[in-house]
Amino acid sequence: MPNGLIMVLAIASLCAIEGAAADTIYVSNEKDNTITVVDGANLTPVKTIPVGQRPRGIVLSKDAKSLYICASDSDHIEVLDLAAEKIARTLPSGADPEFFALDPSGKLLYIANEDDNLVTIVDTDRSQVVTEIPVGVEPEGMGISPDGKYLVNTSETTNMAHVIDTATRQVVANILVDSRPRRAEWTADGAQFWVSAEIGGTVSVVDAAKREIVKRITFAVPGVPNEAIQPVGVAITRDRRLAFVALGPANRVAVIDAQSYEVMRYLLVGQRVWSLAFNPDQSRVYTTNGVSNDISVIDVGSQKVVKSVPVGQAPWGVVSRP
Amino acid sequence: MRAWRVASLLLILAVAAPSAPADGRPGEETLQIGWLSQATKRILPLSYLDQLPADEGIQGARLGIVDNETTGRFTGQSFTLVETIAPENGNVAPGLRELSAKGVQLVVTDLVAPALLSVADLPEAAGVTFFNTRSADDRLRAEDCRANILHLLPSRAMLADALIQYLVAKRWQDLMLAVGRGDGDREFASDVRHAARKFQAHIVQEKPWTFVPGARRTDTGHFAIQAEVARFTQGISYDVLVVADEEDEFGDDLSYRTFDPRPVAGTQGLVPSAWARPHEQWGATQLQERFLHQAKRWMTDRDYAAWMAVRAIGEAATRSTSTNPATIVGFMRSGHFELAAYKGARLSFRSWDGQLRQPVLLADARSLVSVSPQPGFLHQSSELDTLGVDKPETKCRMG
Repeated sequence: MPNGLIMVLAIASLCAIEGAAADTIYVSNEKDNTITVVDGANLTPVKTIPVGQRPRGIVLSKDAKSLYICASDSDHIEVLDLAAEKIARTLPSGADPEFFALDPSGKLLYIANEDDNLVTIVDTDRSQVVTEIPVGVEPEGMGISPDGKYLVNTSETTNMAHVIDTATRQVVANILVDSRPRRAEWTADGAQFWVSAEIGGTVSVVDAAKREIVKRITFAVPGVPNEAIQPVGVAITRDRRLAFVALGPANRVAVIDAQSYEVMRYLLVGQRVWSLAFNPDQSRVYTTNGVSNDISVIDVGSQKVVKSVPVGQAPWGVVSRP
Repeated sequence: MRAWRVASLLLILAVAAPSAPADGRPGEETLQIGWLSQATKRILPLSYLDQLPADEGIQGARLGIVDNETTGRFTGQSFTLVETIAPENGNVAPGLRELSAKGVQLVVTDLVAPALLSVADLPEAAGVTFFNTRSADDRLRAEDCRANILHLLPSRAMLADALIQYLVAKRWQDLMLAVGRGDGDREFASDVRHAARKFQAHIVQEKPWTFVPGARRTDTGHFAIQAEVARFTQGISYDVLVVADEEDEFGDDLSYRTFDPRPVAGTQGLVPSAWARPHEQWGATQLQERFLHQAKRWMTDRDYAAWMAVRAIGEAATRSTSTNPATIVGFMRSGHFELAAYKGARLSFRSWDGQLRQPVLLADARSLVSVSPQPGFLHQSSELDTLGVDKPETKCRMG
């Protein structure tokens, strides 16, 4: 190996290590019924915690002391105490919770009930269902606006993004997007939300005020069949300079200029890349790779994949805790 | 005497609500979708485990309506299924006239090819689009194609191509072909031969299956079958025994009984199909569970095809923001139409023969083995078009 290349690799790995404050990464493993804990400093798995059946969506509590887990086949939400590394309690969720969003106050969970065509709102302090909102077929993506006023829910078979007013709990707008919408991700300024469409193969950028699609981002990876490009996870930097989109069985993450919407490059990650999460200072993106049973670590600065870390079977969700 | 199952119900609705179609919510546009099928006698299957359901197909259409209705709540569109079932051995034409008189122009059919053609050619069928969810016959996509029929199930040619692509990808290229007595069996065998030529597999030997085992429930009957299959396959050098037996007369009796240890594929063993019970990828679990919940049984190919037909109509209605049947069909046949149907691909209709392009599952009773097209079988426009009859080879000439 030429010396120059060794130097580049050494610098790249140094950057990766320096850039990361010591975070802890949590990954839900859909087929193992476990959560894998990965040490963010040296990027090695340190613990596997048994949880309920078919854990999918995960989100940190506002104080970052607990992890909420959609235990889909147990039909409830579990609250994992991250200090004790044990399930502290469960919350009701309605049937088959797949994915959810925590409102900015940290009190309410908005849960997509995939089999019942409902969004369930749960009070996390009282462990009570507050209400249910009927939505389209197979609700999936849940994105709450930074000010907490609007929830965007996608329905996979109805092919819509439903905008729900969180004060009145009414659906106020329905935006038709491409086939099988998965995630709805708000920009930090609250001006836009981005909706990925797994079968449509696109990401729609929606103007949140006008509730109109302003851009449909398409993808083309040389050597990868068009049908294998299936966007799911979306992560947008706080300054809205960059966006990352997981392309499923294309085994790539697209890096997008979030201002011009141009796709800048495609990063090769593990197989069937699905969910994405930033670390706290947004110097890294973590990806769950459902088929290769690992997570990939992307260095945001260099836009390179710096490591893959083995986790459990069929990793689904990922979060990073400071 | 068998009566039209729904004739009296339709009459009541027609009298009670002469202008507004059934079930419509106020302020909404309602689209009626017809269902036309024919009663058939159930045949005892070879495996007692798989009893033929009496409501095959229609349960898929009903689930499609439920899904369309959920979406329709947000778009101001309502969908109803007008169910019509013709008597066994009777004429299907009155069923179509019934639907036509009600103004139904989109008709999902669960009919075999001759019955489907008989209604598609009626004067009352002018302006009607049919959605074939029952027949895999190649001729409906070739010399007997019709401009007013779309096909939801894969053709036999697509199924054969899907299987042979996989066997070639595995480098199991030497095939023995066992052919049953049905017309469908002969057509599937012919498609397998054609696929073998196309993808460079070899039919080492083809044999008709003629042995009639008699009463299969006879005690010790398995001895005779085991000996017969061993004799049938002895002295032949091949990789895979491909079977064409759509009626399930002998195909399930081949595995583990061949002279040499060889896997079985085709209509039994490793089966190419539109849908399969073990399929749980690309969100398929959700459709499987919705269907199980509604029908209290597993979804079959025919149920899936009927669900796709109704969903295709719903999807085109949503996208074209119209409940006008002509607008819907126009959109469906346009380049903008795509259907998501839990197989990880965008499905659309081939312009040259009305066939829905789709991946084909390869599964046995307990597991999904693969999904074709296989990687590496390339096509200039869509890899899905490596399955079945492509545009340059089509014999379909729509008037």
